[in-house]
Amino acid sequence: MKITRGVVITEPGSTALEETGSWRTFKPVIKYEKCIRCMICWNYCPEPAIEKQPGENYPVANPKLVKMEIPVINYRYCKGCGICVNECPTKAIDFVREEK
Amino acid sequence: MNYENQEFFAPGHRACAGCAAPIIVKWVLKIAGPNTIIVNATGCLEVFSTPYPHSSWRLPWIHVAFENASAVASGIDAALKAQGKREGTNIIIFGGDGGTSDIGLQSLSGMAERGHDILYVMYDNEAYMNTGIQRSSSTPFGAWTTTSQVGPYNIIGKNEFKKPIAEIMAAHKIPYVATVNPAFLPDMKMKIEKALKIKGPKFIHAISSCTTGWRHDPSKTVEIMRLATETGIFPLWEIENGDFLKMKLTYVPKQRKPVEEYFKPQGRFRHLFQNPEKIKEIQKMVDEWWAKFENKN
Ligand SMILES: Cc1ncc(C[n+]2csc(CCOP(=O)(O)OP(=O)(O)O)c2C)c(N)n1
Ligand code: SF4
Ligand code: SF4
Ligand code: SF4
Ligand SMILES: [Mg+2]
Repeated sequence: MKITRGVVITEPGSTALEETGSWRTFKPVIKYEKCIRCMICWNYCPEPAIEKQPGENYPVANPKLVKMEIPVINYRYCKGCGICVNECPTKAIDFVREEK
Repeated sequence: MNYENQEFFAPGHRACAGCAAPIIVKWVLKIAGPNTIIVNATGCLEVFSTPYPHSSWRLPWIHVAFENASAVASGIDAALKAQGKREGTNIIIFGGDGGTSDIGLQSLSGMAERGHDILYVMYDNEAYMNTGIQRSSSTPFGAWTTTSQVGPYNIIGKNEFKKPIAEIMAAHKIPYVATVNPAFLPDMKMKIEKALKIKGPKFIHAISSCTTGWRHDPSKTVEIMRLATETGIFPLWEIENGDFLKMKLTYVPKQRKPVEEYFKPQGRFRHLFQNPEKIKEIQKMVDEWWAKFENKN
């Protein structure tokens, strides 16, 4: 990281070097067998700590959905706000106390 | 080009868990795409997105002072024009309610009057959150803040009404003004997209829940914002070219929920339940606002 004169930040998106996952007291865990891959959790994660990934090799709520992408939580950044848990239409996300 | 799957706002920022502001920002940037310059007024968003020496922004971004975001953006617009590089670049300002309705209002008004091609997005958490939940002109009637304390001498909280900033901007006769709510995401996306296609000054007023200042469980952020619109307290509309008579409601709740449902999960309104008369008063104000439209047809 180069520190410039004046308050100039030269590296875009560099907060990603930080790990806000340590803030978590509750941890969202997606049960893919209940997930309908609607991406509502992805829409609303404020970090964003939910990423889209290919879903072929994951359990699936309905075989018709197998080609669709799945949401994967990146615990490096997830602060455990629980918005995804609250908004998931199929209650596919458990919220469990963080063990550290 | 569709940039929906790209993230122009990086994680690792220091917003409180459950803050709505980054949800608004990430969607505005996804719709605007990479050819965008951001100007940020002082406030939570500016502070939590740029903990020096890091930044969450993957786009050119500038913060100067509280009161001059619109002046800086106007300068960027003029500078790009002078260099013959104005075509194809979005200039977007993000400001909080304090930075917009109070402190930045004169430079915003100037930007609108001069007709700069800029989109202003106000994320409205209804108080000066970054300095500790002080009331702003955008704090609603009846809300507790640290400068509208509730006690025996004041049972209401804030005694004054919320400044109608979006209407004030529409009165400037700028081409596009809209209110948006991230809980109504397709509506919000449609309006951002529409605004960015229009040349000239555009103003978007976004409701932005603050778990810390509104005093609610972080997981309820989107649910509570949804209730703001379902109760009719935060209506979704657009006004083009200042034509108030043609104000378009983009979402009309089939049956408006009672305002209590919005107040109940928020600690900042808790005291109102000791004074049901005040809740009735607020309900009446909301009903009167909607009556203008309901009697139309
Ligand atoms: C001219 C000036 N006055 C006061 C401050 C202190 N200050 C920094 S952030 C802030 C609150 C901003 O409130 P708002 O615009 O609503 O944004 P929020 O923090 O609520 O997101 C204040 C008062 C400042 N930086 N500059
Ligand atoms: S909101 Fe629930 S059902 Fe939808 S993608 Fe996320 S986990 Fe799956
Ligand atoms: S708990 Fe909050 S931060 Fe974590 S993945 Fe869900 S929405 Fe994102
Ligand atoms: S204080 Fe409120 S607006 Fe500021 S980061 Fe926290 S939740 Fe967001
Ligand atoms: Mg504010």
